[in-house]
Amino acid sequence: MAARTRGSGFPQADTSGAAAEPPGWWLGSGSSEVFLPEETRAAAPVDFLQELPSYQSALRRRAAAGGTQERRTAPQGSAGLRAAEARGPEQEGGELGVRPAREYPLSIAEKRRLRDCQQADIKYLSGWKQWKRTSSKSLKKVLNEAKELSSYLELWRHDIRSIEGKFGTGIQSYFSFLRFLVLLNFIIFILMFSFVTLPTIISEYGIFNSSFAKIPPKNIEPHCTVYKPSGNKGLVYFYTYLKDLLSGTGFLEVTSLFYGYYTIDAAWLSILRYNLPLAYLLATFAYLALSLLWIIKRSGEGFKQNLVHDEDQFQSYCNKVFAGWDFCITDPNAAQLKHRSLQYELQTDLEEERLKRKIADRTMKEKLRIYSLRIFINIIVIAVLSGCFYSIYRATVFSQENSNDVSNTNFQANLLVQYLPSMVITLANFIAPQIFSFLIRFEDYSPAFEIRLTLMRCIFVRLANIGVLLFSLWSQISYCATDKCKACGYNYELYPCWESEVGQEMYKLMIFDFIIILAVTLFIDFPRKLLVTHCSCKPVQWCGLQEFGISDNVLEIIYGQTICWIGTFFSPLLPAIATIKYFIIFYVKKISLMHTRKPAARPVRASSSNFFFLVVLLIGLVLAFIPLGISIAHIPSSKACGPFRSFNTSWAVVPDTILGFPTGLQQVLHSIASEAFAVPFFMVICLVMFYFIALAGAHKRVVEQLREQLVMVRFDPVFCTPKVFFVLSVIRHAEEQQFS
Amino acid sequence: MPVSPARVARGAEGGAAGRARPGARRCHGSGRVTCEAEAARAAMGGSASLLPREALCEYQELTFLSKQEILLAYKRFSELLPKEERENACSARVPKSQILTLPELRANPFQHRICRVFSTSYDGDDSMSFEDFLDMLSVFSDSATSDIKSHYAFRIFDFDDDGTLDRKDLEKLVNCLTGQGEESRLSNMEMEQLIQNILEESDIDKDGTINLSEFQHVISRSPDFASSFKIVL
Repeated sequence: MAARTRGSGFPQADTSGAAAEPPGWWLGSGSSEVFLPEETRAAAPVDFLQELPSYQSALRRRAAAGGTQERRTAPQGSAGLRAAEARGPEQEGGELGVRPAREYPLSIAEKRRLRDCQQADIKYLSGWKQWKRTSSKSLKKVLNEAKELSSYLELWRHDIRSIEGKFGTGIQSYFSFLRFLVLLNFIIFILMFSFVTLPTIISEYGIFNSSFAKIPPKNIEPHCTVYKPSGNKGLVYFYTYLKDLLSGTGFLEVTSLFYGYYTIDAAWLSILRYNLPLAYLLATFAYLALSLLWIIKRSGEGFKQNLVHDEDQFQSYCNKVFAGWDFCITDPNAAQLKHRSLQYELQTDLEEERLKRKIADRTMKEKLRIYSLRIFINIIVIAVLSGCFYSIYRATVFSQENSNDVSNTNFQANLLVQYLPSMVITLANFIAPQIFSFLIRFEDYSPAFEIRLTLMRCIFVRLANIGVLLFSLWSQISYCATDKCKACGYNYELYPCWESEVGQEMYKLMIFDFIIILAVTLFIDFPRKLLVTHCSCKPVQWCGLQEFGISDNVLEIIYGQTICWIGTFFSPLLPAIATIKYFIIFYVKKISLMHTRKPAARPVRASSSNFFFLVVLLIGLVLAFIPLGISIAHIPSSKACGPFRSFNTSWAVVPDTILGFPTGLQQVLHSIASEAFAVPFFMVICLVMFYFIALAGAHKRVVEQLREQLVMVRFDPVFCTPKVFFVLSVIRHAEEQQFS
Repeated sequence: MPVSPARVARGAEGGAAGRARPGARRCHGSGRVTCEAEAARAAMGGSASLLPREALCEYQELTFLSKQEILLAYKRFSELLPKEERENACSARVPKSQILTLPELRANPFQHRICRVFSTSYDGDDSMSFEDFLDMLSVFSDSATSDIKSHYAFRIFDFDDDGTLDRKDLEKLVNCLTGQGEESRLSNMEMEQLIQNILEESDIDKDGTINLSEFQHVISRSPDFASSFKIVL
């Protein structure tokens, strides 16, 4: 191909062996060359690009699917489909047809012809390739069948689809999230049940020739080991059962629901020794690790996008416009709402952009005023938070002191005192967000940032409240005045089995949370709907129905899930209760949504919702690690009940087991935990991280430079279109390298 | 008026020209087993209007739909036809007005473009045959690759069918999104600002239009596309 020159000094098309020339690809350099894709099969282009792994894979792809370019340009001109139709058969006749027919954007008739050609070509392939092709085809078929079958097992498939059709993908993502939590809790329950509860029950009842051993702990003061739970005392009033059911005391305390039941040191199933304490601890670590890995796997996509690109992907205009319409909406009313919310969203974003420009023009005096106002408001926020925490602390202390003193006669008062911490927490979770959304108006942020900051504050309030409750419980439990008490390490008189106490508190929190959700739906949502439908006076109509606030609902269930994670160590059957609770909540929320709510004015997008839910869930999980870590490793385990009687702390069972290993293994484990290993390991990890950061930076620079080149390339119209496609595919591969 | 047997025959001729065909095998075969066999069977007044098994397998192979979805699509498609034509559902064409009564398309602002893009009618009346209908569902299904989806999204958004998305196309697109009434449109200034932003983000070669490659590039970075570009019966 002859070189083409342009009078205005545009880059020359270089024909021969461009590989021999040094890379002249950059703007402003002396001899700039632009390579031609048609010739790259024969002569490789500039050296630098040759080295790009993305270029290599782009070459491989082009060789494999040579007809792709032509098909992509098919829409030019009005005979789109038919043009491809004409070109299709000749194109595919000679190639290997690596992709199955259905992945080509053609009509079914054309795909049929394409497939016929691919089949015809099989005859000309060698036997090995033929076999490979047919076996991969049958494998794909089997996988498809398996996928179809497994889709039947999906829980609530039809319900979620109908919600999606009526309300869009934002609200549907909430219900998918709920389904995910049901599954997660079910798996955690299976884990704890099969490794902790089942062996205990088997050995207690002597099934399969099993037995158990209760080794009395040595070196422990006898007064620490006294534990007499009330259990069933024969004839009692009926309401005692109700009270016990609601607060986890009485007959419920001695069941396998709570930690105190597992007072077994070793179980024997015929001749195998089952180390229950170790199993208990390891099952705890296992369910935490499982939750962490599953959440990270689910949020993988969102993280990748956010880390690699600078611009906020969820806020980009292209995302809002090109992926703005939910094609699955079937209800005309919902479509109308969607139109309005899209209009609102676009207008708000454009407004925000104009606002940002205005903000950049602020004077120094204004900035000073605004920053001092923000500091003042943050101080108020901190004051509100401290108020919440203090009230929870006092309520917990009061509840603990009085529930141990009062007699069983006044049923309601006793129940009230038992549930006082839960009620205070729920009240704080309700009031604090209202205060925050009121205060944020004065801080003069952009609307999107306002929403995010309020959300962050609400998340913090909800999760920190649980932490404060646990902290106040512990301060009560480990408060030691006498020497006798110090010998045990905890307050043995009031809390002979303190883990069961903590388990009971978590149980109460969970039950109360569930009751509140049901009560709000029954006693607030439905009457409100009845009022709005039948009463036509002005203030009622102005109030209207409540919106389905996704973030509020999500925070609610994440709060419940954090309680479950913390509580499972103290109450192994708690995940079962959580599973049932979320199962019922799905239906309650669905009915409430369909009948009593109006959809939110500001639309929530599915992808950003999913990402947000999983990030907050992760925060909850990480916050759950802290109290569990302190309980397991720091606070002395109770000596009167539980599998860790003979150990100092719950964690002590692990070093104990390691001492029982053969010496070689012990030495290996000790060396892994020592500094001589940890420091070099840490340094290697840092080096690897720096390497990947540098690689990502280099790819980013290449992407930028290629983008600049594309603008230049546009002025070469004869070669323009294929070149643009090719370079764009190289850019895309470079970006994909950044992902990995 | 069903035009199909002639069209199918034309297609068959084009496909058979100058190519050796292996013997027709069940499900892997390339025989013309689909519509002609069914039409023949229907003509003989045979079985009820179900999809023949070979056709089902073939459609499974050529589209991204599962067996259940194809059967459901067949059922819904035949319901759109008047009673006497239901026997030949596989080869009949449904006029555009009927297709737009489907709930999945009824509320969709892009309904006309969808019919235009997927219809293979030579008359230009945007009527759809069963295979066009399947094609549409396949592109909008869960398992379609994002390449296919973005390709067809581009064609749907290209209102003037010129192969690029220029300012006019983008303006029509935004108007479709915000609704048809006068008060639901963006003001001129807002529209200008919005189109400017879109072009800034997606127009890499800065020629003022978005071609297919740039569109696919920007869609690949759009996290919402896969979940919103979906129709399920």
